[in-house]
Amino acid sequence: MDYFAQQLINGLVLGSIYGLIAIGYTMVYGIVGMINFAHGDVFMIGGFIALITFLILISLGLTAIPLILLVVLLVSMAITALYGWTIERIAYRPLRHSFRLAPMLSAIGMSFVLTNYSQVAQGARVKPIPPVITGGYTLHESADGFVIQLSNIQIIVVITTIVVLAIFTWLVSNTRLGRDMRACEQDQTMAALLGVNVDRTISMTFVIGAALAAVAGLMYLLYYGLVDFFMGFVAGIKAFTAAVLGGIGSLPGAMLGGLAIGLIETFWSAYFSVEYKDVAAFSILIVVLIFMPTGLLGRPEVEKV
Amino acid sequence: MTAPSTHTTKPATSVPALLKTAVINAVIALVLFSLMVGVRTEAGSDGQLTYWTRFGELAYLVAAVFGGSIVIELLRQWIGPAGTEKLVPPAVQKGMSLVGRYLAPALLIFTLLVPVIFYDQRYILDLAILVLTYVMLGWGLNVVVGLAGLLDLGYVAFYAVGAYSYALLATNFGWSFWICLPLAGILAAFWGVLLGFPVLRLRGDYLAIVTLAFGEIIRLVLINWQDLTGGPNGVSGIPRPTLFGIPLDRSDDGLAAKLGIEFSPTHRIVFLFYLILALALLTNWVTIRLRRLPIGRAWEALREDEVACRALGINTTTTKLTAFATGAMFGGFAGAFFATRQGFISPESFTFQESALVLAIVVLGGMGSQLGVALAALAMIGGFELFRGLETYRMLVFGWAMVLIMIWRPRGLVGHRAPTVYLKKAQAISSDLVKEGHG
Repeated sequence: MDYFAQQLINGLVLGSIYGLIAIGYTMVYGIVGMINFAHGDVFMIGGFIALITFLILISLGLTAIPLILLVVLLVSMAITALYGWTIERIAYRPLRHSFRLAPMLSAIGMSFVLTNYSQVAQGARVKPIPPVITGGYTLHESADGFVIQLSNIQIIVVITTIVVLAIFTWLVSNTRLGRDMRACEQDQTMAALLGVNVDRTISMTFVIGAALAAVAGLMYLLYYGLVDFFMGFVAGIKAFTAAVLGGIGSLPGAMLGGLAIGLIETFWSAYFSVEYKDVAAFSILIVVLIFMPTGLLGRPEVEKV
Repeated sequence: MTAPSTHTTKPATSVPALLKTAVINAVIALVLFSLMVGVRTEAGSDGQLTYWTRFGELAYLVAAVFGGSIVIELLRQWIGPAGTEKLVPPAVQKGMSLVGRYLAPALLIFTLLVPVIFYDQRYILDLAILVLTYVMLGWGLNVVVGLAGLLDLGYVAFYAVGAYSYALLATNFGWSFWICLPLAGILAAFWGVLLGFPVLRLRGDYLAIVTLAFGEIIRLVLINWQDLTGGPNGVSGIPRPTLFGIPLDRSDDGLAAKLGIEFSPTHRIVFLFYLILALALLTNWVTIRLRRLPIGRAWEALREDEVACRALGINTTTTKLTAFATGAMFGGFAGAFFATRQGFISPESFTFQESALVLAIVVLGGMGSQLGVALAALAMIGGFELFRGLETYRMLVFGWAMVLIMIWRPRGLVGHRAPTVYLKKAQAISSDLVKEGHG
């Protein structure tokens, strides 16, 4: 039971990170109708930028960890958002009215570009950082000595995720931009006729998605204490699985799917085998798509002729 | 700055506007590259991360973006507004079709003669075998992507199934290549059906992701199922192919001894060359024949419009499944060949990169054009060889190439295959009806 509770905590933390990435997939899919294959690599870039900013701030002699983390978060979000914007501008916008496989292929190309760009720029080796946030709470200690730990970093990951999601939900439901985004999702032509700047809205979607991925990148860096140039690929597929599981196009669904994937992966590693945890995640993607293609919270897709 | 003045119809962008765009682009590039390129991190020997600055490289890159955006803007004005289809004069078109008609036979004759011309150059023969392997993979995937229009991102899974089928059957049971080759194809096709049956109801991009996940699952299983596959160490000591039982080696009953000629290791290379050429041509021939059968017509119809297909009473699931299985079978053949040529296989050879490379060949070749795929494989693998010294940069270039091809010529560089049959009489319909696909 204690083991179960510990795994539950670990799974929820991992799920928060996946959920943040999954929102980027689901938003883009909702509005443009394409799978932004490069989004996992945007997450990786976010992690790298967070790492570099962190190193620079430390070497400048700053010691206040909360301040450092706040600056790192903001810088990483800003620059990664610019990456998202640039990618949309270069690789996707010219293809908006091309044949249907074109944006997907372009996104695959972009994913290769980003992966190898960071390999060329930062080297192939894993970049570790010393643990920044240490300590935690012992929630429960059982008779046989098994301790349920809730570390501070886990708390920070979950709280940051909740705060970011609250801001994001407010953005989508209460602002002009959010209204434009929802309008574009329903009908781009009609939205354009009613004075919504569709191009700008799509750009902003990519910007917000990338910023959320940057948050996820920083959380990943703090939680695992390392980044490497290849981490975007697997994380990206898992986050996409989360988005599909939650119902692609649905924002709460993405978060829910993220948590579900995080839990499934953690429990699979804990009770079955660590080697096959990725296989489990990928199998879930296949099973979900076959048996409930609309996901948990998605709307059924109507095929128009 | 003379280029804009040649276009009187379109108002040329003024120099200040041009510079403004370039400056904005350069600033964006500066922000993008500032941390990723301007600062280099590396873990030291004590595990502590250190960093150093590289402002020189950063400056070069920003300058390159500045210059590049001016050049691109000028080129854009010179070529004309983006998105306009340029008309090729009829004379050129005629010449092109003439070239097109004789290019394929000429290329085939040249390919047949390659071992004769380059008999002494082992490097070129090896490269030719590699190119032909990708030509075959491209033609196999072409059935799925080019003809049936199903985006398969996990094609390498079938390649892996074929390779491991041969490797395991040959090393464990000592079966000969010629028995294992069809078996490898059948097994790969079987896996294709197994995967295809449940997932082929999915829409295009969902299908792409599922095939990608499937490819990764196969690779992960190959890595982790150590008892069967040897895990990351792979399978070694895979037997070389024989000429219907006659080995191509130095021994007394080898081919060289039987023919009474002096043994040379090149014999085996030449044999492998003709083997893969025969396999590739088989793929090509089957595809061309299938195209004339109802099933091939159904594939092409499916690619053009799935809803219309269903309305016409075509069973889309079976049609997709046959395309998937056919493509997988050729992938399996190519895999068995790969295993016998290398003598050693490991999961590392079957990564997503490989799938993407084959897909890029099909896309570059124009999705459905057989000649196009062959030329694209030649260009792609040849291009990779040019970048051999720059291992890390070549995937970067490859990624950019994929993006740029999609922007510039989404229908492929070489040409694209129109449906084999179509209505001859053109009808005027509104422009939004002719857009391909849906959703």
